[in-house]
Amino acid sequence: MNSFFQLITQHRVLASTLFLAVFPFIMPYEALAVNILIFGLFAMGFNLLFGYMGLLSFGHAAFLGIGSYLTGISIVHYELGWGTAIIVGVIGAAVGGLIMGFLAIRTRGIYFSMVTLALGQIVYYIFYKAESLTGGENGLRGVRVDSFNIFGIPVDFLNPLIKYYIILFFVVIAMWLISRILNSPLGAVMEAIRENEKRAAACGFDVAKTKLLVFILSAAICGLAGSLRALHLSIVPIDSLNYLQSGQAVMMSILGGMGTFFGPFVGAAVMLYLEDVVTTFTKYWMAVIGLIFMFFVLFFPKGIWGTILSKLQIHQDSK
Amino acid sequence: MNSATNIPILEARNVGKSFGKFKALQNVSTSFMPGTLTAIIGPNGAGKSTFFNVLSGAFPPSSGEILFNGKDITGMQQYEFARIGISKSFQITNVFKQLTVHENVRVAAQMEAARYNFLRSTQSYAGPIEVADQLLLRVNLEHLRNKKTGDLAHGQQRALEIAMALACNPSLLLLDEPTAGMSPEETLVMMELIRTLANERTVILVEHKMKLIMGLCKRIIVLHHGEFLAEGTPEEIQNNPEVRRVYLGQG
Repeated sequence: MNSFFQLITQHRVLASTLFLAVFPFIMPYEALAVNILIFGLFAMGFNLLFGYMGLLSFGHAAFLGIGSYLTGISIVHYELGWGTAIIVGVIGAAVGGLIMGFLAIRTRGIYFSMVTLALGQIVYYIFYKAESLTGGENGLRGVRVDSFNIFGIPVDFLNPLIKYYIILFFVVIAMWLISRILNSPLGAVMEAIRENEKRAAACGFDVAKTKLLVFILSAAICGLAGSLRALHLSIVPIDSLNYLQSGQAVMMSILGGMGTFFGPFVGAAVMLYLEDVVTTFTKYWMAVIGLIFMFFVLFFPKGIWGTILSKLQIHQDSK
Repeated sequence: MNSATNIPILEARNVGKSFGKFKALQNVSTSFMPGTLTAIIGPNGAGKSTFFNVLSGAFPPSSGEILFNGKDITGMQQYEFARIGISKSFQITNVFKQLTVHENVRVAAQMEAARYNFLRSTQSYAGPIEVADQLLLRVNLEHLRNKKTGDLAHGQQRALEIAMALACNPSLLLLDEPTAGMSPEETLVMMELIRTLANERTVILVEHKMKLIMGLCKRIIVLHHGEFLAEGTPEEIQNNPEVRRVYLGQG
């Protein structure tokens, strides 16, 4: 058992990919699997900043939203191809991350969280007010991608399973990138900053620049999640930008295990699956999930995945 | 006119530092020659730590200048100090507690190799790994290399602190009370380590324990109430009536 987990943490991208390849078959329906995939990626992007560098942002909904809206707008208003639309969404989120990060990294601790929250709300209102482009309160409708050709092979994007695997393709690329970042010298500096900023600076690392760089990378990955979500839902709801989405990223990371590679994904899967199951029993599903969340925070502060890894004594950073 | 060897490695010119209305440091001028080991002493509240922080780049002085090898470095950021070759250890242990002992030193050593490259694995950079291996041997922590740093004893963390300060191979090493909180045995080991370090590079240390300094340094600087009081050899300092009055007289 131990060596099994050792193996999957050593080949975490491959292991995650294999798991996610069969994932839709253990879920009740494909749309839920797609949703988990997208929010798993969102939480992983968020975790890069939160779990690995110790910066608690409450404004990451902004990047999910920017990615969604820019992809949606590219398709609806400018009739760009979906591939180009994803690139626009990711770059837009990265630029958003640059601006927001530039302003927010000047502050620390709770002030950082508050500044990101406030900036996230500003983004919300910008998109809310730009009704002609975004559809305002009603959201942006008609983000239609029905079918397309990949190397001459027709692909039916409306088939939920095919849609899942296409989205998985992008998620795997992002996971590979995240894994590379965490394995790299930059990944080591990120953890050093989380552990002790003073010492990291004394070792010759430009803390402010590193924070900004990671903020941008994190924003871009969350933007990709947003872009994929626009394609998945065919609409961009205004709640993409709601601060509750930022809160979800925090909860998913903590529930699954902050500062672990796959933890946020586990957190996203558990939360969204529970939401799906519990809503069929009671409309107070939030209360049930809240209790479960509190149980884990109190008794398993390392989260589900983090607890499994630490029980098996797998030291899983930068290896 | 002067040969290069006559340029001090570090020089403070009329350095002052105020926190609000409180003047922690006033008009301190002194210089440190390459290859020397100097101790800065003074009673509590003398401004030792403030002076140390100014010299090591934690914050800039409110007035005056800091020169490194004759070049003005006043106002440089902390990380820039490390990059030009000024490294420091902290009075309160600052290590990366969730990382292993080896990882701590490796990260500290990777500044030159790679700062922001994020597409290569850390394992592919042999330099920092070797540096970390060697330094752990040197400070006797090799047997703990894969331990989480937070689990180490205090004295071991202090030793790690020194290894991390050495990791970027600085030409000037500043140590803030390196033996703080150490047992007498650990203190002896640390003092011996500092003695060997001083053979390789310039070392400035702030220390509280007078007896240790006397046997270790050839030159001592005394601060009092944020001002320069005296400097000289241990004998001169011990015999200086001013110093005896404000400092030695206490003990």
